[in-house]
Amino acid sequence: MCRGIPSSRKVLCVAEFPVLAKAARSGATPSGALSSIDATAFHPSLFVGIHSDGAVYIVAHRSEMGNGVRTSLPRILADELDADWSRVQVIQADGDAAYGSQDTDGSHSVREFFDVLREAGATARLMLVRAAAQQWNIPESQCVADPMHVVSDKNSSRKFGYGELAALAAKQPVPKKEELQLKTPQQWRYIGKPAPGYDVTEVCSGKPLFGMDVRVDGMLYAAIAHPPVLGGKVKSVDDSAALKVIGVKKTIAIDPFKPPHAFQPLGGVAVIADNTFAAFKGRKQLKVEWDNGRNASYNSAEYRKELQRTARQPGKAVHTIGDPDAEFAKGGKIVEAEYFAPHLAHASMEPPVAVADFRSDAQGEKVIVWSPTQNPQGVQEEVAKALGLKKENVTCHVTFLGGGFGRKSKPDYAVEAALLSKKTGKPVKVIWSREDDIKFDYYHSVAAMYLKAAVDDSGKPKAWLQRSVFPPIGSTFKENEVYGGDGEMSMGWNVVPFDVPNFRSENGQAAAHVRIGWLRSVANIYHAFAVQSFANELAYAAKRDPYDYLMTLIGSARTIDVGSQAPPGVGEKYPYDTARLRRVAEIAAEKADWGKKKSGKGSGMGIAVHRSFFTYVATVVEVEVDDQNAIRIPRVYTAVDAGIVANPEMVRQQFEGAAVFGTSIARTGEITATNGAIDQSNFYDYQVARMNDAPRQVDIHIVESVAPPAGVGEPGVPPFVPALCNAVFAATGKRVRELPLTRNGFS
Amino acid sequence: MVHLKVNGNAQTFDGDPEMPLLWYVRDILGLTGTKFGCGMALCGACTVLQNGKAVRSCTKQMRTVEGLEITTIEAISSHGAHPVQKAWAEVNVPQCGYCQPGQIMQAVSLLSSKPHPTDDDIDSGMAGNICRCGTYQRIRAAIKMAAKETV
Repeated sequence: MCRGIPSSRKVLCVAEFPVLAKAARSGATPSGALSSIDATAFHPSLFVGIHSDGAVYIVAHRSEMGNGVRTSLPRILADELDADWSRVQVIQADGDAAYGSQDTDGSHSVREFFDVLREAGATARLMLVRAAAQQWNIPESQCVADPMHVVSDKNSSRKFGYGELAALAAKQPVPKKEELQLKTPQQWRYIGKPAPGYDVTEVCSGKPLFGMDVRVDGMLYAAIAHPPVLGGKVKSVDDSAALKVIGVKKTIAIDPFKPPHAFQPLGGVAVIADNTFAAFKGRKQLKVEWDNGRNASYNSAEYRKELQRTARQPGKAVHTIGDPDAEFAKGGKIVEAEYFAPHLAHASMEPPVAVADFRSDAQGEKVIVWSPTQNPQGVQEEVAKALGLKKENVTCHVTFLGGGFGRKSKPDYAVEAALLSKKTGKPVKVIWSREDDIKFDYYHSVAAMYLKAAVDDSGKPKAWLQRSVFPPIGSTFKENEVYGGDGEMSMGWNVVPFDVPNFRSENGQAAAHVRIGWLRSVANIYHAFAVQSFANELAYAAKRDPYDYLMTLIGSARTIDVGSQAPPGVGEKYPYDTARLRRVAEIAAEKADWGKKKSGKGSGMGIAVHRSFFTYVATVVEVEVDDQNAIRIPRVYTAVDAGIVANPEMVRQQFEGAAVFGTSIARTGEITATNGAIDQSNFYDYQVARMNDAPRQVDIHIVESVAPPAGVGEPGVPPFVPALCNAVFAATGKRVRELPLTRNGFS
Repeated sequence: MVHLKVNGNAQTFDGDPEMPLLWYVRDILGLTGTKFGCGMALCGACTVLQNGKAVRSCTKQMRTVEGLEITTIEAISSHGAHPVQKAWAEVNVPQCGYCQPGQIMQAVSLLSSKPHPTDDDIDSGMAGNICRCGTYQRIRAAIKMAAKETV
């Protein structure tokens, strides 16, 4: 049935909201606030528009999930523009390939767009300056953008506000990159200076910011019963009881995916209702018989043994230095250990949710999607594919995300909404319950690892072998992929920052039986756990202080040859510099007063270092373990070298948060399956850190650096887990080789 | 027919009596500040005040709300002027912000019964509110700041 595009479809939601965000902070709602830079008098690029009233609109094209991109990125541009931050309004971008990558994961928002945004700001400023110079008929060099938000004539008291100049600046030719005058770091007002979140007031006032909060006229609500086992299908459905529930309208089948699943919906049966509760209640009344398929024989306990067996056998060699086998053959002292880390679920506070509005008229078919997504262009692509549309006929509005951690990079839940909107002829909001979120995730992979070192008389390794076995992310995109991809193997496995003359990294096969995806810092989590725990074990075997030993192991300041491990261009920009790793280790140890307190009898400190996403991190964790083996974490000391930092306040938040996220992983994080179906359901059996068991105080030290900006969202996570486990060893003498801690009798 | 007050306004409801207050507030009244996180009163995102005290609205069925006065985050103040909201902004507590309305409502309730909470009071008072971004140490600092403010 065709439906004309209503002229006044009311959207009671977030799409209009972000423009007001800044105004609310200053206490006044601006009348006439614009929702698109196209409506401004002067918009020389995709990223900024200046209106004749002096308001500066900066577009945030990356997704906001607490990573601070709606603050940090606009401030980069505002700095080079010399805009008054208190007069900046941030507009959230829709999905649009013109912005470049909007794929907000991999900790690359600042590092990828630092130069782009600086140039965009400098470009706009230069055009304003030239417009003023032209008006006054004076040389450009006599004009300065000082104080902020005006162009002044150095030789008189004449000035033009940016608003006054906007229309004139729009007539200027856009300058070439070579003409731009970027600021020196000493001139930066905003870059490198701490600033609070742009949206704090709105968040704390409960404004409708999130995907979960989107409400559209005529919207229906959907809860979907998904196949409990990956690859399962509906055999039969009895929806008679579901249809009797107050508010339920109908049920709709969603086709199962065609392997490989990638971002396709899992399939199942949707219950459509006029409110969320009715949809959930109706779904409980569905009687579905499932054909569970071949993954129904998957059981985590057996699978773990399989991975561990594989880890004990030679695997595929990936990166080799020297000849470790020859060294091992010499005999002498050998240290070996096996480590295991289970699947994890993302469990962001806002479960997956999306609203889609499919419309069909004389111009054709199109879909508007509102999604808390880390990947709006992915939403466009996947919805277009699923509905047989062109990508340009899919609009993706990006709401705030109530947490992402990688789950919301996958557009499957947005596709579900689009399919159901097409089938019902109405806008549909698909809501995942917490049980859906825990049971139908793209899980962080389970891993078994084996490490072996041949050590000399001083306990220093002469040869080092490490083998990692995990069902790979590649299995999501290619059926039966059993080997790790370059990405996963490069995350703390193919290269270790140690002075070891003979080394080999290996990978063993593992088939996937659940959807595998990426979760905040990805394979770095299990790899850092193994490497930094093993380094700690070697220290104790050598009867050395773990921090001193770690510094011996890292060795002298040098650039590590990562061979083919880094993509071309990136390797040159971000060399692996052990001096920076040593420095963060020194700082963390110093701040923690390493060695000053006695270890043992329930008190201890542990240290770990890790470089990921080009950022160097050292973490010292202090624990207290009581006689019931309950763990408290009074203090964490983290030193970070992330190169140039756009907003140190946001960086602090990320590393404070990473310590809590890491606590959840280490202490209780575990997803298991029985007969192919996930065992866990909600926060009672998938436990995460709370106020009373999170680290009491996390101190962050950010190293001042002029190196290019590196990642900050993820790097805090990997070193935390081994630092905590190393601290537990120092405190109790108990070595944890299998996560989580609760499996080892700790709580 | 159920009668209640929400943010000072009289409301009536004659839908499904099993509907949790959370979904009534969000879907029927359109007050989306109160969040859904678990549906089992495990995470605290749905916290509202009932006659001034924190309750988890996701497990409170509409059949039990007759005569109650409910306050949601939207009515704590306008534009963030409540001492707890001001402290939250001062300390720059939120990251993603999704759990924060529930955290703030719980903190308001805690401070109303314990105006000068100790660390242990804060631990037990706030342990029911999960934050996956890990803002706990800032929440603690903001509660202490708000406690000083309201002397």
